[in-house]
Amino acid sequence: MSWAEFFAMNGYGFYVWGSYGVTLLIFIIEIALVRHKRKITLQQLRLMRDAGEAQ
Amino acid sequence: MNQRSLFGLLGLVIRRDLLLAMRRRADVLTTLIFFVMVVSLFPLGVGPELDMLRKMAPGVVWVAALLASMLSLGRMFSADYLDGTLEQMLLAPQSLSMLVLGKILAHWMLSGLPLVLMAPVLGLQFDMSPQALWVLILVLLLGTPILSMIGAIGAALTLGLRGGGVLVSLLVLPLCIPVLIFGTGAVEAVSTGMTIVPHVALLGALLLLALAFTPWVTAQALRISME
Amino acid sequence: MAINWFKYAAPATFYGLAGKMVPWFAVPAAILFVVGMYIGFFVAPADAVQSEAYRIIFIHVPASILSMFIYLIMAGYAAFGLIFNTRLSSMMATALAPTGALFAFISLWTGALWGKPMWGAWWVWDARLTSELILLFLYLGFIALQSSIDDSRRADRAGALLAIVGSVNVPIIYFSVKWWNTLHQGSTIKFTGTSMHIAMQQAMFVMLVACWLYVIAVTLVRVRSIILERERNAQWVSELNEVKL
Repeated sequence: MSWAEFFAMNGYGFYVWGSYGVTLLIFIIEIALVRHKRKITLQQLRLMRDAGEAQ
Repeated sequence: MNQRSLFGLLGLVIRRDLLLAMRRRADVLTTLIFFVMVVSLFPLGVGPELDMLRKMAPGVVWVAALLASMLSLGRMFSADYLDGTLEQMLLAPQSLSMLVLGKILAHWMLSGLPLVLMAPVLGLQFDMSPQALWVLILVLLLGTPILSMIGAIGAALTLGLRGGGVLVSLLVLPLCIPVLIFGTGAVEAVSTGMTIVPHVALLGALLLLALAFTPWVTAQALRISME
Repeated sequence: MAINWFKYAAPATFYGLAGKMVPWFAVPAAILFVVGMYIGFFVAPADAVQSEAYRIIFIHVPASILSMFIYLIMAGYAAFGLIFNTRLSSMMATALAPTGALFAFISLWTGALWGKPMWGAWWVWDARLTSELILLFLYLGFIALQSSIDDSRRADRAGALLAIVGSVNVPIIYFSVKWWNTLHQGSTIKFTGTSMHIAMQQAMFVMLVACWLYVIAVTLVRVRSIILERERNAQWVSELNEVKL
């Protein structure tokens, strides 16, 4: 079986890879979002601390 | 507390809410007019073929009733919340669930009952048979109180929140789907010559279930929101 | 040896513990995804009737199972937080909701892509697909309610009540939709041929475990941010290395 055949999925390639592709995309976006949120939260904490020290 | 005073309390709350609503009759009428308008828009949207309209009628009436009952949910507790009555109710020695049940029943009389009475007239627009109209009234009578009860939970949870009106629909509409299914199912059953008993029985069961639990859950939701 | 489990229920301890646990879930999740996909695409044979299209099952079924399961676990955590007043369980419920909603969406998306070649329509009002859609609405309601409440204690408790009411309603909704579906004689997904090939079962199981581990890892990262946000005034937060920088 060649790779081209494999990706064609016997004519169902669009549906199969559409499913897995979007799932992968969602996972990547979600991971990026939770990491971004962690970064933002830590940044805010530091800002708050700096503001507290300045007073 | 004996039984009579409990029902006395219920009557008192209902009478008070009805009296307050009579002072602001426009609110009640707006809901009703909305209901009539939504139902009347459908034939304009899909065309006047009577065969199709007859088939759609129960669904259209039910969905319109669902949307119309969402409109008035925001008012269920908000006036009492703003003028401090609700706080007094929470502190009252009487059972909060009972007070809530009274408010739910009053809400149904003001927003659900008018829809039930209006529905047969709208059914005629859709050329429904007299038999189907009677069943429609019956299932609406059983179903609209459930909408008020489930709606009360949503109204209590969103009390005093920004954008509460849209939010409450988002919370309540998915929970109302069984009512919609059994309500329209009964009318469809009678127009295809089948028995309506299972639909009506299930709707009745849902009503009893809602009657047993929702006042208490709503009372808890009010306590959470008022803390 | 007596371990004080409640020690780990304190946000301060759990924060550190969760940070240590994340890689232990994330790395096996990644490995199992690769293994599951390998079995699913190279070992499992094509289905006699559905040909290669059935391979969507390896992500569709785990996503559907997890979306329902996550809702129950979320409601459980929320209820626990409501009853015993444990802040951490409420935070876990909040952290689980977005992932649950995403899995419900994945289930719908893959269901649609599977439905098109099999039924000839992107969307069929099948009982399971419809229930999945309603489940997504329930998730969105929970997230919308929590995010519109500023006071975190009220948000926790209101969300918990909604999640409990929702989970009581889920079976009622499911059976009513199923009933409605049989009345209207809609189509249902039936896996043709009662005997699934052993490799198909293995692939599905591996993918299910992989998704489960992924959910735990993502939720732990998210709950750590929530803990920091809620405890921002606590002494221990300001003493963390990542804050001190």
